[in-house]
Amino acid sequence: MKLRLILRRVAFLIMVVWAASTITFFIPRMSDRNPIRERFAELARTGGFSASDLEVIVASYSKKFGLDKPLLEQYTDYIGSIAQFDLGVSLNKFPKTVTSIIYDSLPWTISLLFVSAILSFVIGNLLGAVAAWPRSPGWLRAVATPFIMFTGVPPVLLAIFLLFFLAFKLKLFPLGQAYSTGIAPDWTFSFMLNVMWHQVLPAISMILGSVGGWVLSMRGMGITIQGEDYVNFAEHKGLDGRTIFRNYYLRNALLPQVTGFALALGSLITSGSVVESLYALPGLGSKLGEAIRANDFLVIYGIVLFITMSVATLMVLVEFLYPLLDPRIKQD
Amino acid sequence: MTPILQIRDLQVSYYTDLGRATALNRVNLDLNAGEKLGLVGESGSGKSTMALAMMRMIKAPGRIESGSVTVGGVDLISLNDEEMRLARLSRIAYIPQGAMNSLNPVMRIGAQMVDAIKAHIPNMSKDDMTEQCMQSLESVDLKRNVFQMYAHELSGGMKQRVCIAIGILLKPQVIIADEPTSALDVVTQRQVMETIDRVQKEMGTAVILIGHDMGLMAQFVDKVAVMYAGRLTEVSTVRDMFSKPMHPYAQALIKSLPNLSNKGVFQGIAGLAPSLLRIPNGCAFHPRCPQAMDVCKTTVPDVKEYEGNRLVACHLYTEGA
Repeated sequence: MKLRLILRRVAFLIMVVWAASTITFFIPRMSDRNPIRERFAELARTGGFSASDLEVIVASYSKKFGLDKPLLEQYTDYIGSIAQFDLGVSLNKFPKTVTSIIYDSLPWTISLLFVSAILSFVIGNLLGAVAAWPRSPGWLRAVATPFIMFTGVPPVLLAIFLLFFLAFKLKLFPLGQAYSTGIAPDWTFSFMLNVMWHQVLPAISMILGSVGGWVLSMRGMGITIQGEDYVNFAEHKGLDGRTIFRNYYLRNALLPQVTGFALALGSLITSGSVVESLYALPGLGSKLGEAIRANDFLVIYGIVLFITMSVATLMVLVEFLYPLLDPRIKQD
Repeated sequence: MTPILQIRDLQVSYYTDLGRATALNRVNLDLNAGEKLGLVGESGSGKSTMALAMMRMIKAPGRIESGSVTVGGVDLISLNDEEMRLARLSRIAYIPQGAMNSLNPVMRIGAQMVDAIKAHIPNMSKDDMTEQCMQSLESVDLKRNVFQMYAHELSGGMKQRVCIAIGILLKPQVIIADEPTSALDVVTQRQVMETIDRVQKEMGTAVILIGHDMGLMAQFVDKVAVMYAGRLTEVSTVRDMFSKPMHPYAQALIKSLPNLSNKGVFQGIAGLAPSLLRIPNGCAFHPRCPQAMDVCKTTVPDVKEYEGNRLVACHLYTEGA
């Protein structure tokens, strides 16, 4: 029974990946820009070879990457190669492979998204829960309100704001980049500190942009839960406030929030990529932006596919995790 | 023998936008150990408020204005918050109305019971706690394995039994059961009531049973207290109450019960229960009372004791004397 469910989910995952890769395959092809020609035309401008050579070079590279074949054949080739986990090469940064581009940029994205997603979830839900709890002190309840104000502000705007005032005007934080120029990446403590220092503003803009949503939804959930009979009965049982808050109130109010977390991941990645570009962090989002500007479609395919797969996988994981949190949901 | 429960001059108000609603008006009540009292009255007459006031669980905008609730010699109203927390369940326990939702859906039954013990006896060993919980489950006719189960795996009657098992966990001196059977079918109702009856006899606890169901009351309680507009109008033994009720409201209430000889004829009580915001002057029942006199419109009748330990608040019996 359990195995069948897992197989069904995996099949669903494959369908999602296939649908996403099909859509992303055709969209960049609608433009008639040729990334190979663009790259070599640039080289030709700086000198090196003539315009007639350019056509020969473009034709030979197009043949090498299989771009001379009919679009439908290219599509089947592409689906075939991703089925073998081969994402191909960058047309713009040949011979760099797409896999290596993802591999190099992934740590930056994961560290930023992971830290900000977890922090905003924890902070937002705790604040929301406390804000709705009638016995929490007044000042603690008031703390939640300004965060709700930020719900309407996109993280990108916050990022620009923070960049301008804290980094540019007040020079409290670096203006961007993953680490200070002039130092070589290594695994020393001082380098790590330097990296974290550069991540502060991007992380704050991500957190501030999403924490309000958690506060708001958790406060609403908390108000519902605190009126439940079992919270009341817990008090009749003579439990202390902390136990009621933790075991009877928070645990139940958190359930829908966990589902919300899985759903929020998608939008988090989207806003994350814009924030990354703004702060010039060499993460997946920046690479995707570069690839779109160069119409480097194999890189676009690879990164979009990777993001789709990660989000879909995380959602399936949350689905399997859910019965552990809520015993009423049994999967069989 | 001193009563295990003594309520004196208990007064509760709710401060609403429309003014102060007096939900409980100078209520006095005594209950002996092992005695079962049925508390009846229309919706909004103050039954549940009385239960919550005894547990000191009246939430804002409600307030206990005055009075005392003495359980086993200790006045609950004068305890501080922490002492009151410890008194709940150990001195006075409450079995909730909505047993369907009174159990935490994401915690095992056992964990919820252990929580309750831990809150009162934190240094009891884990095994002892488990054993005490399981014994409590057994005493309400549940299997020991219910300890491991979740609320959604139990039937309505079983959930209600779990609530009773939690209520008797620390052997309180007084148990308040607020309509414990209102969501159950009649067969389960009877089983649950018999369970309450049995554990009550074993432990010698005083029980206050709140409800509308006069038939159920007639079978299980020793005394019936009738509430009207936040006041107790009559407290009598079941036999007296059903055979010759004294207060006109109690009379109307008993008369309104259906019986086989006049099937299909509903004998209601004319008029509506008064809003607690605008309780009539004098006796609150006088606008609906068929035997109302002039004095009823101006003077609140005092509760007087009559033959057979009956307590009645009505001018009918004092004026003539």
